[in-house]
Order: sequence, then structure tokens, then C-alpha cells
Amino acid sequence: MTNLFRTTLIAAAAATALTAGAAFAQPAGKIKVGLMLPATGTFAALGVAIENGFKLYVAEQGGKLGGREVEYVKVDDESDPAKATDNVNKLIKRDNVDVLVGTVHSGVAMAMAKAAKDSGTLLIVPNAGAAAVTGAMCAPNIFRSSFSNWQPGYAMGDVVAKKGLKNVVTITWKYAAGDESVSGFKEAFEKAGGKVTKELSLPFPNVEFQALLTEIAAAKPDAVYTFFSGAGAVKFVKDYAAAGLKGKIPLYGAFVTDGTLEAQGADAEGIFSTLHYADNLSNPRDKAFRLAYAKTYKLQPDVFAVQGFDAAQILGVGLAAVKGDVSKKAEFAAAVEKAKIDSPRGAFTLSKSHNPVQDIYLRKVVGLENQVVGIASKNLADPSKGCKM
Amino acid sequence: MDFATFLIQCLNSMQYGLLLFLVASGLTLIFGIMGVINLAHGSFYMIGAYMAYALAPVVASTFGGGFFSVLFVGVVLAVLLGYVLEWAFYSFLYQREHLQQVLMTYGLILVFEELRSLLVGDDVHSVPAPPWLAGSIALGDTMSYPEYRLFISGVCLVLALGMYGVFAKTRLGMMIRAGASNREMVQSLGIDVGFLYRVVFAAGMAIAVLAGMVAAPVSSVYPGMGNTVLIICFVVVVIGGIGSVRGALLAALLIGVVDTFGKVLLPQAAGVLVYVLMALILLWKPSGLFKIA
Repeated sequence: MTNLFRTTLIAAAAATALTAGAAFAQPAGKIKVGLMLPATGTFAALGVAIENGFKLYVAEQGGKLGGREVEYVKVDDESDPAKATDNVNKLIKRDNVDVLVGTVHSGVAMAMAKAAKDSGTLLIVPNAGAAAVTGAMCAPNIFRSSFSNWQPGYAMGDVVAKKGLKNVVTITWKYAAGDESVSGFKEAFEKAGGKVTKELSLPFPNVEFQALLTEIAAAKPDAVYTFFSGAGAVKFVKDYAAAGLKGKIPLYGAFVTDGTLEAQGADAEGIFSTLHYADNLSNPRDKAFRLAYAKTYKLQPDVFAVQGFDAAQILGVGLAAVKGDVSKKAEFAAAVEKAKIDSPRGAFTLSKSHNPVQDIYLRKVVGLENQVVGIASKNLADPSKGCKM
Repeated sequence: MDFATFLIQCLNSMQYGLLLFLVASGLTLIFGIMGVINLAHGSFYMIGAYMAYALAPVVASTFGGGFFSVLFVGVVLAVLLGYVLEWAFYSFLYQREHLQQVLMTYGLILVFEELRSLLVGDDVHSVPAPPWLAGSIALGDTMSYPEYRLFISGVCLVLALGMYGVFAKTRLGMMIRAGASNREMVQSLGIDVGFLYRVVFAAGMAIAVLAGMVAAPVSSVYPGMGNTVLIICFVVVVIGGIGSVRGALLAALLIGVVDTFGKVLLPQAAGVLVYVLMALILLWKPSGLFKIA
């Protein structure tokens, strides 16, 4: 036991020495980017898309950001919050990364945000929409290139109210992302005079929807608002149609048709959803991005690839301003806050709490694409409750 | 909740309960009779679902297709695979302690998941229901009930009756029950316990694969699907009494009711209700509702 304790102490001392050494190293060396993304499990495909997007931007800059060559260190986070703290510490303490990039799962991202806040390492979150990342946990060295769960929900609340629909039932998983999305929807919808008559939920990641669909059929609302993702979204949309509700009670959602259209097939046709990206934006930046992505990876890009791409852009902007010296945290943050990120989704800026201020699109499923119908909410900023910065 | 809705919810609970039974019955066989904690049982279910997705085109081009021929081919493959797995891995586990069983079967989960990732990829896929079952029956003016779900319930009932018949009425069933209560005694009576176990294991695996194949059109197929099913299956087995098929059926139906009505009436507690039920039943009957031997 004492032996183990001593070994740990020595290891810790060595790690501290290494970190100190790295701080004095020439900024001209390689910059180490720690990619902590899911490579296995339910979100594996999303992890791959984010990594592809990130590497595409770096490759377009000739493999260098801020004058320094980029080197990657990868950890599979398995979307497992229980292992998150260990995994992120591996990157920070063992590999001495300069920048952390990750991840998809909100629970894991929270552990990363905590570690980044404690150690001062730069963190760019390329997906997880948990409010706290740029809310209560916000910090000068934490940035997000994606969205907050509140944003698409709030935008949809407006859209549904403007259609003249009065009473709505919501259904989602009982966990942070679902709750935040529904509360965003409810806030906007009730402000505009609508009423959420019932909030249905089931435990994550349970997919037995039949009982709740029966409740919806019995309540006969004007519309249903939903938030599900991945396999849950596929099953929900198919079950909704199989229960005979499609066509009778319109379904509105956030995220419910992203990366899942092939599996949902005809059952998803006509569903409206809100998000910060769509399949046919047709701005020149997006066209170039989609072409380059398809050429490099022989795959069609999705919203996750865009978020990875923009994470690299944010890093690029910051590093250019400090000439590759990551220890200048304040200058890095100031440059990013001032910058306009030229994203395939349309240009956006970062709020004071470092969450994108962006247009949220209203999309409709046509064929196998989420096609833009219009802008649901222009330059929408997350309220970032609890951020003191 | 009005009366019509109540009836539909009862139908929902029964349907969910029967599906749970279908998956869990294979687990209770293997766990109860052979004494092996088989964490890979969820993977067998996952293999079944992916077979329904991947085999359908192959079977269609070789035998001309048909829902039942896909099921048949899948079950035959599952029996073969179960037989080989038992011979290669599980037969070494009977005399070992539970920790070693857990380690090996957990390892198998990782192997199966990785193989799945290599062979089929990580995307979510849907499996179409056979066209003659794709319709639905109207219940009330907004709700309708998919025929395929009723078909699943039918399959589960037939299988439950079949298993009961084999256990209660046949010589094989007698040997299996005897083997579960005292394997040394059965061995000394001259029955080849090794072979008996191999048959039971192959049957347990085949049932799990069949469950996966039958459930695929309603559950869709996705990475990690086996793990979510595994936990609830263990709850079924523990509530029902380890090794008891009758207990598994009753426990599965009970969980169906608690889960369905829990979600509707007590949504805040829906996540824990099933486990509360398990705790209460174990307080009342520490070895489950029905215990063999």
C-alpha cells in the first residue's frame, strides 16, 4: 500500500515536471490536440464524423494551425460518463495535450469541462448540448462549436405557436438533453400563447414507446413536440407511424431526423424539425465543404461533421491570434470572441459564454433529406443561465 | 384514463411482457440449469436482430425469400453457433466460480460487438415487417394497433406453451429438470450431462436469436442493443426464480404491467419502478416466485 502510494507520488511529481517543461517549450513545436470522442458504442458514427470534419479543416490549412503542425492523440470515451474523468486525465496529465476536443455525450462532456476548468487546458466541445457547459461551468478556456439543447427547442416553440396550434404534448427521454430541449420549447411556445398540456417522458435509453403513444392518442393534442436521437429517434418515428398517429397529429422535433433518415424511411417523410444545419443550405461555403468532405471520405457530411470542422476553425482563429502559444489564454479567448466563424451552416459568432449565436433553420423531411423551409430563429443566443464570466 | 385507454394499455403491457419473456426464457434456461451467468445473452439477442437485417437478402436470393425461411435459417445457424460456443468456451465454465464466468462472458460481449462493427458497421438500420403483417387494426378514432405486434405476442405464447410441454411432458424435459437439481446424481444414473448441457445451451441461444429476429422489425437494429435488453432479462430471471420457465413468464408479464402503467401514472419514478418491484419480491420470496428444486 505504501509502495503504491509512493509510486503514485513519484508519478504525479514526474507529470508535474513534464507539464512545467511543456510550458517552457518552444511554441514552434507540434501542437498536441487530444481528441476524446466515441469510437465504439451507440454514438460511434457521430465520433467518426466529428473527427473527419476536424481533420478536414486542418488538412485544408496544410496540417498547421497558428503556424504549428498539428499532432493528434486519441482516446475512445465510449460515451461512458463513469470513465470520463479517467479518460480526460489521461489526455491532460499523461499525454500533456495543448487542446482537448470532445465530445458527443453530455455527461462525458461535463466531466471534460470540469477537468478543463481545473487544469486550465483549452477545451472545444464539438457536440454535447448540455446547458451547463456554457452555463454554470463556463470558463475562459471552454468553447462550444455546436449548440445548446435549449436553442432548437426554443426556435421550434416559436414556429409551432405561429402555425396557430394551441395545445401540445411533449415527449422525450428523462435526462438533461431532453429536459433542456423541452423547456426551451415550452418557454417560447407558452410565451406566444400556446399551452403544453402534458409532458411525457421515459427513462434514457428506454425505447418502449407504446404506452406513451396510447396516452398521446387519448389526449388528442394539436401537435406533438419530441426530442430523441440515434436509435431512439428511429424507433420513435416508426412507432409513431405504426400507431396510426402520423397524419393525424403532426410531429415536430429537434434532432429527431438527423443521421437516421435512411433507417426511418417513409415514416419520417414530412416531419418538421429545427436545427442549426440542413442538407441543402446552398451557400458557397457549404457547397465547398460538402464537396471536399465527400471527396476525402467517400461519405456525405452531416451536422456532426460540420461541428467538428468548426471546432477546428475556432482553434485556428485562437491560435493564429496568439501565434501558436496556447499559454496566452486571455488573448486566445479575446480573439475567438471577436471572430466571425465562417461555417458551412452560415457564419456565426460566439457569445460571451462561448456558445454559438446562430440561425436555427426550420427543416422538413423530403425524400431522404432534411430540406430547409426557412429560418426559424435568427441569431439565436442561449441564455447561458448561471454563467459568471 | 378512460376505460378504452385502460384496455389498450393492458394490451401494451401484455405485449411488452411477452416479448421480455421470449428473450429472458433462454437466459433462465442457461442460468438455472447450467449455473452459468451468461452476460453474453444480450449479444445473442443482438446477433438475432442483425441476422434478420443481414440474412433477409441472402435468403431471398438462395431460397426465394419469405419471412419464415429467414427465421428458419437464423434458428439453424443459432443452434450451430450455440453448439460450437458451448464446446469451445462455456463447457470450461461449469466448475469455475461466478467471477470467472462473468469475465469470460463479458469478454464475449466485446468480441461480438466488435465483430458486428466490422461486419455490418455502426449505423442504425430498420427491418421491414413482412408485407402480410404490415397492416394495423384501428382502436378508437386516433389510435391503431400494428398487426405485427400482435403476431409477436402470438409467437411468444406458442413458444411458452412449447417450452412448457417439453419441460413437463417429455423425457428430455425430465432429464433437464433432474440435471438442474442435482447434476452428480443424474451423471451417476448414466445420462450424458455434457451432451445434455450442450443441447440446452444451443436451445437457449436459439431462443434468444429467435427473439432478436422477431423483435427486429419493431425495435430496429443498432449498436449496443443487446446490453439494454440484458439487464431487464436478469430482472425477469431473478423475479421469476432462477431456472423456472413458468416464473419467467409470470415475472415478464408483471414487469410489462409495472413498466407500462408506471410510465403513464408515475413518470418521475418510471426508471426505478421495475427494480423496486424486484426488491419487494425478493424481500417476500428471496429465491424468486418459483424456484426449481
